[in-house]
Amino acid sequence: MGYTIEKATEIADNIFEFWINAPHVTKNAQAGQFVVIRINDLGERIPLTISETDGSLVRIVFMAVGKTTTYLSTLKAGDEIRDIAGPLGHPSEMGSFGNCVVIGGGVGIACLPILARALKAAGNNVTGIIGARNESLLLLKDELATHCDELVVCTDDGSFGFHGFPADILKKKLGDGEKIDCVWIIGPGIMMKITSMATIPYKVRTYVSLNPIMVDGTGMCGSCRVTVGGETKFACVDGPEFDAHLVDWDELMARQRTYTDQERESLKLFRDHQCSCGGDHHE
Amino acid sequence: MSKRSGDERIADFKEVNEGISEQNAVLEALRCMDCVRPQCTKGCPVNIDIPAFIRAIAEEDFKGAAAIIKKDNMLPAICGRVCPQENQCEGLCVLGNKEKPVRIGALERFVADRERKAGTTLPEIMPPTGKRVAVVGSGPAGITAAAELARYGHSVTVFESLHEAGGVLTYGIPEFRLPKEIVKAEIQQILDMGVELKLNHIAGRTVSVEELLEFDAVFLGTGAGLPSFMGIEGENFNGVYSANEFLTRVNLMHANAFPEYDTPVMKGSRVAVVGGGNVAMDSARVSRRMGAEVYLIYRRREEDLPARDEEVRNAVEEGVEFLCCANPVKILGGPVVTGIECVRMEMCKPDESGRPCPVPLKGDDAVFTLDVDVVIEAIGQSPNPLLVSLIEGLERGRRGNVVVDGSGLTSVDRIYAGGDIATGAATVIEAMGTARKAAQSINEMLMKE
Ligand SMILES: Cc1cc2nc3c(=O)[nH]c(=O)nc-3n(C[C@H](O)[C@H](O)[C@H](O)COP(=O)(O)OP(=O)(O)OC[C@H]3O[C@@H](n4cnc5c(N)ncnc54)[C@H](O)[C@@H]3O)c2cc1C
Ligand SMILES: Cc1cc2nc3c(=O)[nH]c(=O)nc-3n(C[C@H](O)[C@H](O)[C@H](O)COP(=O)(O)OP(=O)(O)OC[C@H]3O[C@@H](n4cnc5c(N)ncnc54)[C@H](O)[C@@H]3O)c2cc1C
Ligand code: SF4
Ligand code: FES
Repeated sequence: MGYTIEKATEIADNIFEFWINAPHVTKNAQAGQFVVIRINDLGERIPLTISETDGSLVRIVFMAVGKTTTYLSTLKAGDEIRDIAGPLGHPSEMGSFGNCVVIGGGVGIACLPILARALKAAGNNVTGIIGARNESLLLLKDELATHCDELVVCTDDGSFGFHGFPADILKKKLGDGEKIDCVWIIGPGIMMKITSMATIPYKVRTYVSLNPIMVDGTGMCGSCRVTVGGETKFACVDGPEFDAHLVDWDELMARQRTYTDQERESLKLFRDHQCSCGGDHHE
Repeated sequence: MSKRSGDERIADFKEVNEGISEQNAVLEALRCMDCVRPQCTKGCPVNIDIPAFIRAIAEEDFKGAAAIIKKDNMLPAICGRVCPQENQCEGLCVLGNKEKPVRIGALERFVADRERKAGTTLPEIMPPTGKRVAVVGSGPAGITAAAELARYGHSVTVFESLHEAGGVLTYGIPEFRLPKEIVKAEIQQILDMGVELKLNHIAGRTVSVEELLEFDAVFLGTGAGLPSFMGIEGENFNGVYSANEFLTRVNLMHANAFPEYDTPVMKGSRVAVVGGGNVAMDSARVSRRMGAEVYLIYRRREEDLPARDEEVRNAVEEGVEFLCCANPVKILGGPVVTGIECVRMEMCKPDESGRPCPVPLKGDDAVFTLDVDVVIEAIGQSPNPLLVSLIEGLERGRRGNVVVDGSGLTSVDRIYAGGDIATGAATVIEAMGTARKAAQSINEMLMKE
């Protein structure tokens, strides 16, 4: 009894795209929401954004960073994961805003297709700006191009597209007087913090999707608490999207590091075990 | 009931109480006077026929005793362990006036444990009615409502957002008070009665309110899962937990066995637990088992501790240090916890509620700090708002609880509620009592049609 992985592909360096059969999740899933998965009975519950849905299949895209995502990346089409719960969190604010910009950094780009598609369907003009450290880490750009009126691609090292950060492009557009009504930024904490600073002087409504450590994802534990506008919010039920200009970024990033040592130990054990069993890691 | 020593206990998560032997159970049962007007039954929120089940034990008809209990309570092994019997049935037992009350809780547990080992018999189920009922939440309230409704012949689907059923029984109450194997076994019985359980289904998200309303009736048993925080400085430092998070990491996710299990937790070498109820005792005792020195900080006096006496005693035996008449004002450190600053409290004259209220002492020596690396706040939970805030027209009380009438009906037609979501944080047996009443009302409503 579990949920079957129908497709598993490495779409960029160490970044994986899985399609999982989970009709209970896809039935009501909307842009901005996430799932919580657990690989097996020993596993931890981790949140992953719903990147796209297709019938009963839900797509997740993740980078193998710690034990759980590394283990997940070793699974193949036909394998099962024990649990997938969702959709969780509030859907993205939707409406006819006018000119919308969706910005993705690193694996955060994966959250954009479903969002861009929904914004487009709601009658908006959509510009996509995506950035990664280098070309090998860029993902989903062709797919995004089909949902966006304009797509700008950046790399930190200039190996593809614009040499620089999405924040540079956003600043330029705002500086040039381009009319922007609404911005979404999804990526690593530091990238969201810096990029969202660009819209402050122009008072453009800016949303970010926060990624604190979670356990249940249903508002029961308080692990995911973040300070927004001086108030404590639970990202899993009050978010995950919040007004970027009100987020206490330093607190968020500090809290994400709570288990760094333990996670390192866990990953090392997993890697050692993988070596000794030839990489065929199953329970 | 025999109990392992405190030192032995804190070396593992095995059960603290070992139960009573068959011989002692029969002797204890023989003490019961089989009163004409039994008081004990009145103290039981689900009105188990206590004298009858005790009589069966005295006659060594253990199977019969189990059947009598199960007419009113499908979770006897759980209740025999966690009910506050001293305030309920045992508190009213007439023998308590002269000597000691009959140990009803221990007897209930004995009967349930024995039956579980010998093989359980399911209650009789009425012919199918063709009616469908949705039950939201699989805690004691949801499980009880589901069992009752299944017994009436309705088709029941339980939606649970977590990956395991049981609610607080599974994620909150630790293994050493309530082994999870027992929770699983008692829940399995209701599945064996034909109840369908859908895990990983969050009502309000996975299942929309409209989809819930397609059922002939809905029972809400979503509990009081929203943790409260004190609102003091430093509360979001790494190492500050709500009791819910800490206990969930350990009980549900087995963080005590990290890295065998993948979920981590900060065990702490010196831990401050804030609060004085059962939840605080559980957090403190779990921390002791993970090797920490533990302070329990409570703002009133020792005699005011709201936790069960037995659990307070257990915590003391296990080496938890109590600091009563003290209240935290600030968490020190950043971003990692290094200490907690508290102020000593004094008790003023009793207020209208009859409880003296604590007031902070003035002056420099009223303030003290403790070096701790983990702080666990166990200061209360309120009703889980996720689903109930999405239901249009659902009336809610001041504390966020769902308002119900005497039959368990909410302000919305066909939607009933019971357990902590309706009453605010209460007890297992009260949750079961209100759920059973609601299930009976649902049955009457459905059968009238
Ligand atoms: C709502 C939400 C949506 C998310 N969506 C995605 C997604 O679509 N794709 C994806 O790859 N990741 C996503 N994440 C992050 C993902 O949940 C974590 O990376 C995951 O828990 C890592 O598990 P692990 O055991 O592999 O790594 P761990 O061993 O837990 O962590 C490895 C490293 O990642 C850092 N880390 C841990 N948790 C987070 C986090 N929540 N955010 C940022 N860094 C973290 C740790 O500090 C550590 O350095 C999301 C997080 C949230 C809260
Ligand atoms: C640590 C702790 C110790 C305790 N000790 C004792 C004790 O010794 N004795 C005693 O009598 N009582 C004790 N209590 C209180 C007792 O556990 C509760 O009163 C009782 O569990 C309430 O039952 P419930 O079914 O209403 O809610 P819960 O047990 O909280 O169950 C609610 C369930 O609903 C699920 N849920 C919530 N929202 C949704 C949704 N939208 N969709 C699907 N599922 C949902 C939750 O995941 C959960 O499984 C304790 C409580 C705690 C926290
Ligand atoms: S009140 Fe006490 S003595 Fe009387 S029937 Fe109940 S348990 Fe027995
Ligand atoms: S993850 Fe537990 S409250 Fe948000």
